[in-house]
Amino acid sequence: MASIWRYILAGLGLAALLVGIVAAVYLTLPQSASGPDLSRSKKTANGLFVASFEPERGVVRQGELQSWLLTLKTAAGAPVEGAAITVSGGMPQHDHGLPTSPQATDYLGQGRYRIDGVKFTMSGWWQLHFGISAAAGSDSVVFNVVL
Amino acid sequence: MRRIASIASLLALAALALLGGCGEPQFSDAEKKIIASLALNTLPSLKPDTTNQYGDVPAAAALGSTLFFDAGMSRDGTVSCSTCHKIDRQFQDDLPQAVGVGHTNRRTMPLAGVARNPWFFWDGRRDSLWAQALTPLENPLEQAGNRAAFAHYIKKRFGERYERIFGPMPDLSTVPANASPLGTDAEKAAWNAMPAGQQDDVNRVYANIGKALAAFERSIEPEQTRFDRFAIDLATGAKPEGDAAFSPEEILGLKLFIGKANCVTCHNGPRFTDNAFHNTGVPTVDGLPPDRGRVDAVAQVEADPFNCLGKFRDGDESACRELRFMVKGGPQIMRAYKTPSLRGAASRPPYMHAGQFATLDEVVAHYSKAPLSVEGVSEVHPLDLSDRERAALVAFLKTLSE
Ligand code: HEC
Ligand code: HEC
Repeated sequence: MASIWRYILAGLGLAALLVGIVAAVYLTLPQSASGPDLSRSKKTANGLFVASFEPERGVVRQGELQSWLLTLKTAAGAPVEGAAITVSGGMPQHDHGLPTSPQATDYLGQGRYRIDGVKFTMSGWWQLHFGISAAAGSDSVVFNVVL
Repeated sequence: MRRIASIASLLALAALALLGGCGEPQFSDAEKKIIASLALNTLPSLKPDTTNQYGDVPAAAALGSTLFFDAGMSRDGTVSCSTCHKIDRQFQDDLPQAVGVGHTNRRTMPLAGVARNPWFFWDGRRDSLWAQALTPLENPLEQAGNRAAFAHYIKKRFGERYERIFGPMPDLSTVPANASPLGTDAEKAAWNAMPAGQQDDVNRVYANIGKALAAFERSIEPEQTRFDRFAIDLATGAKPEGDAAFSPEEILGLKLFIGKANCVTCHNGPRFTDNAFHNTGVPTVDGLPPDRGRVDAVAQVEADPFNCLGKFRDGDESACRELRFMVKGGPQIMRAYKTPSLRGAASRPPYMHAGQFATLDEVVAHYSKAPLSVEGVSEVHPLDLSDRERAALVAFLKTLSE
């Protein structure tokens, strides 16, 4: 009898190991597809500006036409005025562009530009590329948004 | 030793079965979240259309409903909106291409939830429900009328009802019986001979016809289905009972739809549409004129005098952001069509913008193979689904029609 219990114990141990492995794989999977940089504030590609990008109303809603704010500061922290801004982007994993053509529509002071007409129609990883030209020169920056 | 191994594997299996919930429908939290986002109870209430101040006026909806079913609203008195949008057939006609006064090039679209669309038609060449309604009225293959004739007809048949909603009818006594900027040569000539003020008067009556029709169409909404009952039970943790319970095949279909088959990337939200345009490699139909989808619609909606930026809009221009920020070019809109809602799709074959596919099996086989597009680039990639998986997807789609 005692030996059967030993077998069962061994079996339980093995089962626990299996569960452990499955759990470990399950837990690490999402991280192994390590996501894009989601920071909402960063230096532009050549370091000319510091850009931050936020939804104007605070929340991102799938399928809604929304306005965002792009705030531009010089490396020294002064607001960038009179910038010409181009917007493009898409979903890198689906190989398609944006469903709308967002534009910089208003200058709101303190280096803040309203980027209107932003719409994310699917969940997943989106990218917005900004081309920025101002007195200090031209530079670009990419923001990732994951829904 | 063999005994150890077999007991161990038995126990391991038991543990896995426990984890898997012993055959109960099991969805990951991520899957549950997606399923909940597809359920009809997440459909927000319909927002007012500020470009149509009559959109929620009951008398306007009542007039719109009369006009929708009135064959008098056509050149030869035989075709109404309801000829193609049949009330007992989900407001569509079961034909591969609609037939009005002539044979059209496109599949009639069902109307449930239509007021929620930012764009209208398969290619989105109109930007409001009321501007859309004006198109079939003058299309020579559909109702084949002309706006001057419609204005006279409304005055004669529905003058009083019209005036109670929209105010006084303009003086039409010198307006030609038939005239339109889009009609026959004679109608165009008659239109061009009209003073601008008179053209405006007729256009205003015409726009109001569209606004009444739109007010009626706003009441056409999708209905709850078996899928919604299942989804609500799943979200609340209740055990789906009766027809809300899904068969293993339907569960597999749902999992594929939101997972491996990627359907939910485009068919998302409670209406199963992202309201956007995609090239999905649907083939052309022999004998029909070339159809390039969205790429040709952009110029048409921009040129439409009844678009949101035109003078017949009510309210202010802030309602026109879809038009203002639309994608105007680029390879992605070649042969791109609007993602249709999948609610009720199983009971209204044939499918796609010109009725290319006769059955859901053909639709799913198309997605599984994902052929290259005849023009432009298809966004869908081969799925290589097994027979069982294809059947499961179809079984799931049927739960959206029951
Ligand atoms: C001859 C048949 C026919 C008639 C008559 C007709 N339609 Fe349609 N309807 C269609 C077809 C076909 C389409 C899609 C056409 C396209 O994409 O080019 C459509 C599209 C629509 C849409 C767009 C739906 C969407 O999801 O984008 C609406 C709304 C609509 N029709 C309403 C009406 C109204 C209102 C009338 C009457 C004034 C009307 N239709 C008359 C066949 C018809
Ligand atoms: C890239 C976006 C996209 C994806 C992914 C997608 N669809 Fe579609 N679907 C569309 C578009 C766009 C149409 C209309 C195409 C046309 O008419 O040319 C459509 C049409 C359909 C129709 C026909 C509906 C009707 O009323 O005619 C069905 C059914 C359908 N899709 C089911 C599916 C299923 C099932 C999947 C997953 C295997 C899927 N779709 C994946 C965009 C997509």
